[in-house]
Amino acid sequence: MYTVKVYVTLKPSVLDPQGQAVKDSLHYLDYTGVEDVRMGKYMELQLRASDRGEASKNVEAMCERLLANPVIEQYRYEITEATS
Amino acid sequence: MKLAVVVFPGSNCDVDMYHAAADGIGADTSYVSHHCTDLSQYDGILLPGGFSYGDYLRCGAIARFSPVMDAVGEAIERGALVLGVCNGFQILLEAGLLPGAVYCNNSLKFHCSPVRLQVVNADTAFSSQYSEEESIVVPVAHGEGQYFCDADILDDLKKNNQIVFRYQDNPNGSLDNIAGIINRRGNVLGMMPHPERAVEGILGSTDGLPLFQSMLQDWRGSRHAAVE
Repeated sequence: MYTVKVYVTLKPSVLDPQGQAVKDSLHYLDYTGVEDVRMGKYMELQLRASDRGEASKNVEAMCERLLANPVIEQYRYEITEATS
Repeated sequence: MKLAVVVFPGSNCDVDMYHAAADGIGADTSYVSHHCTDLSQYDGILLPGGFSYGDYLRCGAIARFSPVMDAVGEAIERGALVLGVCNGFQILLEAGLLPGAVYCNNSLKFHCSPVRLQVVNADTAFSSQYSEEESIVVPVAHGEGQYFCDADILDDLKKNNQIVFRYQDNPNGSLDNIAGIINRRGNVLGMMPHPERAVEGILGSTDGLPLFQSMLQDWRGSRHAAVE
């Protein structure tokens, strides 16, 4: 069993209105060092797979087909062996 | 003309769409469940607005894998007309049946008001009853309607006259003021504004009606061609 952490964010080329609003709020709180905020989604999967390679291949396909929209979003993921 | 209004869990403009089709143009209209796998008897498929599957993950992302979407794909293949409005447009985009994507409005607000649109292409099965450059008023009601695509897709859309409607006063930050696009073949239209909410005077506008009349006209033409 593997634990997969998937992070989905808007591509750098896509304007992130939520991130902008959060950045403005942080500036309002005087955290003026914040140069940029990008919002995204975090998903945690418990995945059965025979090995890490198969897990990775499956997650890649899941991201392309459903978890992210490749038109506007990018994704990255981390796979760790679940400690049962 | 036989039309199907697809009802997904969370659709909420299905009744409006039915009314526009059945009473607006007198089409033989039926509600069809998202479980339906055969749409072969219909001349046109209407994907209504709403919040299918609670907009979970992304708007339209879950609905796109409903059983009915395979049947919608088959309908498109055989040349049936498919209209997706608001959430219906989002589903068509997620399914890759139209190019690009929509995401949250640049204002971060849910925008609910009449908007002025320009008819950019009046030579489609969905817009023939408008005149080119005509200005129409149709309501929008969405929080996630900002259209985006990469530069290559935008070039293609322009080159092939696939932009059918543009906002005159862009309510959501959509790229190139895009409000509605059509596929290359010309039988799939997706748009964020709601023509079905503008089909009689009591609703404040009748500017949505010609869209449905265009579909009827196209169907009559194709049936006439088939008879000949």
